[in-house]
Amino acid sequence: MKQESLLQVKGLSVDFSTKAGNVRVLNQLDLHLLPGEALGIVGESGCGKSMTALSIMRLVPVPPGNIATGQILLNGTDVLQLTESEMEDIRGNEISMIFQEPMTSLNPVFTIGTQVSENIRRHQSKNSAQAKEKTLQMLEAVGIPAPKQRINQYPHELSGGMRQRIMIAMALSCQPSVLIADEPTTALDVTIQAQIFELLRQIQAEMGTSVILITHDMSVIAEFADRVAVMYAGRKIEEGLVRDIIDNPRHPYTQGLINCVPVLKTDPGTERVELNEIPGVVPSMAQLGTGCSFAPRCHKAIDRCYEEVPPEVTVGENHCASCWRVGEIA
Amino acid sequence: MNSEVSLKVDNLRTYFKVRRPHLFAEQPTVYAVDGVSFEIASGRTLGLVGESGCGKSTTAFSVLRLVEPTSGSVVLKGTDICRLNENDLRNYRRHMQIIFQDPYSSMNPRTTAGEIIRTPLKILKIGTPEEQHERVEELLSLVGLRPEQKKLYPHQFSGGQRQRICVARALAPNPDFIVCDEPVSALDVAIQSQILNLLARLQREFGLTYLFISHDMAVVQHICDEIAVMYLGRIVEKADRRSLFLDVKHPYTKALLSAVPSMDKEAKRSSTALKGDVPSPMDPPSGCHFHTRCPFAEKRCSMEIPELREVHPNHWVACHLV
Repeated sequence: MKQESLLQVKGLSVDFSTKAGNVRVLNQLDLHLLPGEALGIVGESGCGKSMTALSIMRLVPVPPGNIATGQILLNGTDVLQLTESEMEDIRGNEISMIFQEPMTSLNPVFTIGTQVSENIRRHQSKNSAQAKEKTLQMLEAVGIPAPKQRINQYPHELSGGMRQRIMIAMALSCQPSVLIADEPTTALDVTIQAQIFELLRQIQAEMGTSVILITHDMSVIAEFADRVAVMYAGRKIEEGLVRDIIDNPRHPYTQGLINCVPVLKTDPGTERVELNEIPGVVPSMAQLGTGCSFAPRCHKAIDRCYEEVPPEVTVGENHCASCWRVGEIA
Repeated sequence: MNSEVSLKVDNLRTYFKVRRPHLFAEQPTVYAVDGVSFEIASGRTLGLVGESGCGKSTTAFSVLRLVEPTSGSVVLKGTDICRLNENDLRNYRRHMQIIFQDPYSSMNPRTTAGEIIRTPLKILKIGTPEEQHERVEELLSLVGLRPEQKKLYPHQFSGGQRQRICVARALAPNPDFIVCDEPVSALDVAIQSQILNLLARLQREFGLTYLFISHDMAVVQHICDEIAVMYLGRIVEKADRRSLFLDVKHPYTKALLSAVPSMDKEAKRSSTALKGDVPSPMDPPSGCHFHTRCPFAEKRCSMEIPELREVHPNHWVACHLV
């Protein structure tokens, strides 16, 4: 399977200086993305998923942020070494990002047309007529009805699903090789969520874009991604093909994430059953202990878990997990 | 349905008048809730499901008279809420409370958790200040927080913990009936299951009656005893949980079900996705409101309004084709 990675994150650590001192929000993170692949990153809020995306986009505010160690290789070039103006040529052109809240990430005082064409005018030397033409094409491609009227409308005139389509049109207007989707459907209804994933799948097939999908919902990963990395407290704790992870999760946190999703049954019976839950909350990054950061919430934790951070162990083909008891947990 | 009826909503309508587009135009009306009827047995949960803009939150707000219904009646434990005057209504609010969707915006960021939970007790004049403080501590431990956390401010809590505070606030005056307006939609899945289990436990302990609003069929299936599916102000399908999922009748309900992401490898990736958005309730489609998005729509569907009829015992559907 040794395929050339399009994007590779190697040993990435990010620090933030806060009142409580230096806090490590990402810790020795390794990820890779193959051409045309959909990689899912899953974990609860505060696990460092969005920080990973922002680091790849070089949007981490410095200071207070600081990329301590690591490399982010896009087609072999380390984006961390680029100057800001070189990065501007890549951002929106080679790598694009769509955000969780389509309401807050569009500018309310500019029309849809202006906002979508901005990216095209920045990266492709086109005159305004050509840019408008391209904008119309993009709006049509993402399934916006009557694009000629829509380009003169403002974000508040559109529904949440339509706004997210506009975001996707903006992100894809320069045919990027990597699209990072940070919780693109969390603010939307399930029906609209299904539409947006349908659209992303279709675009992925047509343009061959690689997608990094960030979410907290394992069932979304199952629907969309090919491979998944599970993150907890700034570290990757398990990685593998989606089917392997869902059928055979090895880390207790991954098992928890899978089990807490309410499953639709055709016969729910007459009795209500309790959902499985992961007790407690994600710890504050400033108060991590020495051992495995999941240990306080883990029902399988042993003494060693509180003392040493477990190393990454290969448990199958393209499947690795970081847990001291990974051998016993199947 | 053997136990007593706690809440009975009959032919509830809530219309909003909106601004005329120009001087001589007819004043447009939004038919947000258009003749909704349901009942909830004491200690049970009714799920109200539908997409954004279908009127489920307006229904809930009208039931609590947080917006004034245009017509219809809402009877909670024998009292017609729609006929109460302002003073009586305020007093009666101790029996009915609400938990909102967004735990970030439904709390005053400048008051402590303890004060937030105590507010309803102060407004309803329940107990002396000492008793109120005791009650706050009791409520905090009831929802799984520590009593000493009452001194903290909302921003010091995580999303799930904030929703626990909202639950405690709703429980403070010891209500019989709680509206849960998408209480878990803004939360992570891992936290969502914690809150759903908490709500279920409190219901068992205190015999609470819930009206549970959601757009997610999987969540509704887990928490509700009865389910009503709403589309553009009307109920299109209503049944108890088991009969609904065993035999889904309405095409809209089917579409909602197929939109739920599945972890099952056999399940096909959803191809029956609904096209487009909910039409504007200001200018709803004629006949069956759903006919513009329905894959099975016939000529009749655009002309006649389908009636909600009982196709099986306690399974009601409003569709010409069933």
